[in-house]
Amino acid sequence: MLGVLFDGIAYGSLLFLVSLGLSVTMGLMNFVNLAHGAFAMAGGFVCVVAMTRFGVPFLAALPLAFVITAAIGAVLERLLYRRLYGAAHLDQVLFSIGLTFMSIAAATYFFGSSQQPMRLPAFLRGQVSVGGVDFGVYRLFLVATVVVLTALLGVLIARTRFGAQVRASVDNAQAAKGLGINVDRVFSVAFALGSGLAGLGGALGIEVLGLDASFPLKFIVYFLLVVVVGGAGTIKGPLVAALLLGVLDVAGKYYVPQVGAFVIYAAMVVLLIAFPAGLFGRRR
Amino acid sequence: MKALPGKRTIEIIFWLVPVVAFFLLPGYLVLGSQILIVAIFALSLDLILGYAGIVSLGHAAFFGLGAYTAGILAVKGWGEPLSGLLAGGAMAALAGFIVSFLVVRGEDLARLMVTLGIGLLLFEAANRAAFITGGVDGLSGVAMWKLLGVFPFDIGGKTAYVYSLAVLVIVFIALRRLVASPFGLSLTGIRENKQRMPSIGAPVQRRLVAAYTIGALVAGIAGALLAQTTQFVGLDSLGFNRSAELMIMLVLGGTGRLYGAIIGTVVFMVAQDYLSGINPVYWQFWLGLLMVMFVFFARGGILGALEKLKR
Repeated sequence: MLGVLFDGIAYGSLLFLVSLGLSVTMGLMNFVNLAHGAFAMAGGFVCVVAMTRFGVPFLAALPLAFVITAAIGAVLERLLYRRLYGAAHLDQVLFSIGLTFMSIAAATYFFGSSQQPMRLPAFLRGQVSVGGVDFGVYRLFLVATVVVLTALLGVLIARTRFGAQVRASVDNAQAAKGLGINVDRVFSVAFALGSGLAGLGGALGIEVLGLDASFPLKFIVYFLLVVVVGGAGTIKGPLVAALLLGVLDVAGKYYVPQVGAFVIYAAMVVLLIAFPAGLFGRRR
Repeated sequence: MKALPGKRTIEIIFWLVPVVAFFLLPGYLVLGSQILIVAIFALSLDLILGYAGIVSLGHAAFFGLGAYTAGILAVKGWGEPLSGLLAGGAMAALAGFIVSFLVVRGEDLARLMVTLGIGLLLFEAANRAAFITGGVDGLSGVAMWKLLGVFPFDIGGKTAYVYSLAVLVIVFIALRRLVASPFGLSLTGIRENKQRMPSIGAPVQRRLVAAYTIGALVAGIAGALLAQTTQFVGLDSLGFNRSAELMIMLVLGGTGRLYGAIIGTVVFMVAQDYLSGINPVYWQFWLGLLMVMFVFFARGGILGALEKLKR
């Protein structure tokens, strides 16, 4: 019971890490980015390539995954995403599905369609036993990483000048512009940051979610779910939603395996009906 | 819009193409009937997306529901095609009616998620209920009786082609009357400005519920048709890819135009048949690129581009 709960929390914190960027694009730019999973996949592949081809240690490959994915995100935002900020949601959906398809095809071309192998360093493998309950070391590491990152992000958003600009832009982009905040730049930086976090999540998640070319489509539903259920544009909303979904999903698969993913989809539809704007949604 | 000269002639030629194809391309009748069926499916999405402006990522749910309904009926011993077709449509319409209340109340994003979620929910349900749907292996053993008691479904697909074409023509005529009616015009009005429609006396919610239900009905008919003509129902008939591809076809041809749905389907499916024969992975890449290009450069689709040329 405790073990299932813990696995669920580990899974949920991973979902949170990846979904945070999506929450930013949806909350800040009101952009439905269905290609968000592709950034997570990119991070995963960066990590795998760095480790297997260049012998980079796992802990060094993680920041690499963050930086490279953030760079890709920044470039794409400049070249493509920016043009569609005010566009109809249908356009954004089509554009981002197109991007997703391209990323899947490209990943299949370069890496094949099989699961990517991944070998964790020895100190992250195995189990530790606390009070008679076994915890996976890697999952502990995962939760700890996400807790630290969330705390850092919280400080970034609540305490720094950039954070204040982000909050102002989310609340009212027009007024923020009028006050001399460079909203375009805030969007760019936030997008890059979100992509980087997704990449980091993808790299950290290889052990839990797996990594293959179909990743962007397979998991985008979960990421969207976290954002839509939690309410876009906040940190608290996605965090609560991700933990809730993580625990529900793991518990569902553990206790009622014959029903499978049904639990999570049903929960999503029910939650959406009960809270159309998300659990912590902001009114527009 | 002023009536273009020769519009009638173009329409007649347009509808002669599938008839001529029947005689000239006997080797492509199987692909041909698939195209006709997907065109019906695209028309159903055009009604709810192109006319009513409801963005849906799970339209395949209704297609699959119709397909499974007709397929399971036939497997259980009732292989009469026309009643099976109606049963498939009715089942999808019923589901569409129920779902529509969830769909019409939200904004774009909530609609996307609800339609996506319901699509996934049905996919999982069909996947898990393998004892009636066949699960991942698909539903096989769909034995159809003779169409109208006279024409058996042949290997070459002649009956299937003519059957599909007939259904397409009927659906097309019905939908054309529908979108030109005051009801159809009010849908366009809702798409363009949801806030203003109530003030001229249009009940927005009720109109959208009706449109969504009709869209589901037509999608169910298309699904049932596919089940009957291929005598097989696969899980992919419910899948996300089918919903996404359908959206591409519609946008390719031009949304909010009935001919756009048909032309987009034909172009897409012929290209897919040709290109994915070369390499399925490349096909997915070109497909993605095409979608991105269309969003940036050709928002009206093929018909929109033609209209611009004419001006």
